[in-house]
Amino acid sequence: MTEPLLEARDLWLPRRANWALDVPYLALYPGEILTIMGPNGAGKSTLVAILAALLPPKRGEVRFRGQPVDFRHSLTYRRRIAVVLQRPYLLRGTVEDNVALGLRLHGFPRKERQRRARLWMERLGILDLARQSARRLSGGQAQRVALARALALEPEILFLDEPFQALDMPTRMHLLEDLRALLQKAGLTAVYVTHDLNEGLALAHRVAVLVEGKLRQVGTPEEVLAMPADCEVARLVGVETFLAARVTRVEDGLLYLESHGLPLMALGRAQVGERVRVCLRPEALTLWRADTIPRSSARNRIPGRVVTVWPQGALVKVVVEGPQGMRLVARITRPAVEDLELREGQEVWVTFKASAAWTVPE
Amino acid sequence: METLWQGFLEALHLLLSGDPEVWAIAWRSLRISGLATLISVALGIPLGTYLALRRPPGQRMWLSAVYTGMALPPVVVGLVVALLFWRSGPLGFLGWMYTPRAMVLAQTVLALPVVAGLTVSALQQLDPHLRWQLLGLGASHGQMVWLLWREARLFLLAAVMAGFGVAISEVGASLMVGGNLRRYTRVLTTAVVLETRRGDFARAIALGLILLGLAFFVNAVLTFVQQRDVEA
Repeated sequence: MTEPLLEARDLWLPRRANWALDVPYLALYPGEILTIMGPNGAGKSTLVAILAALLPPKRGEVRFRGQPVDFRHSLTYRRRIAVVLQRPYLLRGTVEDNVALGLRLHGFPRKERQRRARLWMERLGILDLARQSARRLSGGQAQRVALARALALEPEILFLDEPFQALDMPTRMHLLEDLRALLQKAGLTAVYVTHDLNEGLALAHRVAVLVEGKLRQVGTPEEVLAMPADCEVARLVGVETFLAARVTRVEDGLLYLESHGLPLMALGRAQVGERVRVCLRPEALTLWRADTIPRSSARNRIPGRVVTVWPQGALVKVVVEGPQGMRLVARITRPAVEDLELREGQEVWVTFKASAAWTVPE
Repeated sequence: METLWQGFLEALHLLLSGDPEVWAIAWRSLRISGLATLISVALGIPLGTYLALRRPPGQRMWLSAVYTGMALPPVVVGLVVALLFWRSGPLGFLGWMYTPRAMVLAQTVLALPVVAGLTVSALQQLDPHLRWQLLGLGASHGQMVWLLWREARLFLLAAVMAGFGVAISEVGASLMVGGNLRRYTRVLTTAVVLETRRGDFARAIALGLILLGLAFFVNAVLTFVQQRDVEA
């Protein structure tokens, strides 16, 4: 197995009363993009600051290529990485001055600085702005300068801490697309911090989920999406339905459950008698009119009544109330809503496959 | 009112006729206060930077001390320096009492907290993440401090201007430790006091105008540099 490029062990840093960053182990492998995801205030930026040796932990260590990082004398390590923060932090001077800033700090000769700065400005589509004052750029342009400044250093690890958060959606998606292509082409190792699910999954080879300072789960995007470790992680990756249930039987890798008086089947790791929550993504639910028999292989069928029909962009959020106060959230297309003639108060069937239902400890 | 007007006219005459003593006093003031400002800047900016960036133990107490120092009464500073350099004082053997050196020291003590305090404010108004950004691009601590100074230079120039303002305008300390000796320690502020006491208002007004003009000239140069940056 490939040796990790960067390892963090037993990191612990108290930041507020009753809140501490606590990361037992996290590894970054060469060539991979690790996304650190979590809600606001989860400790993502603190974790990145420690990994980039900008902030020393109270306990624990960071190892780069097997060697411990000395937080008091971190210059050598810091000159092998680069950091892009939420705001671009451009200094006085032209765009080219700013792109070449890191190279100047590293002591590169003038010609090399110019060559690399021009190369990365071109790759990021800002070469025509080279002579312009860096203080007169749009948000998207400024963040491109910040990216070029970091990439020009050709770092062994690139840390990106929510670099596009302050940008509008089209600019953000455009930049994300360009960044993805650049990272793939250069085969760079990167740590990308975001609270946005789509942004995080668009880039990641692996995802680390941080909630309230604790590292809750590390896995591939598919694993985290399909098998979240707990309710918090599930909520973060887009699960909107959580059904309280009790395991009645375990057979052939399937859990047989009882939820709100109904039998259900789901995937998961639980023992008979254990209380769990069944996690369902909104796109995993299918709605049927109550007067039809669902033509579906889905093993879970729940009768219910529509309580909310809420158009949200291209999709419509439909909330259905099942037996004994069971609450199910589905997202379906606008044509589907028209086909079903959905309206509030209407009786429906909700079906979902056992393979689309994942259980987490209550 | 008539006395004032007449004094003003005589002052203009004194200035335009190039009275050598008046201009010698002005030049002495500039040298003493300029040197005191230079020393205050050389010590105050690093001190303010240390307090702003390093957060030493008891930082708040140190900051309170610096901010209190910004309001030091010149006569108290004069008294302390005089006690130190008095013939029988602990530093009396240096023979600095009633010399320009003692005046430079007293003015430095007054200007230093102003420069240091405003440096702290100048650096603290920068986004703290800017430091992370610079370190994250491979800056050494020295490079980071230099770049932070560059970013905060408008405010640092204001700190220099304020320091010079304190040094050139104080009178109590200079009078106490300089003694207002003719052709040696007499500066514009102490000379204005002397001439007013004598009732020679024309001379006092002339010296006062030079003092104002000097302060205006130095601050105008610094403001020009500062505002050129703003426009850039």
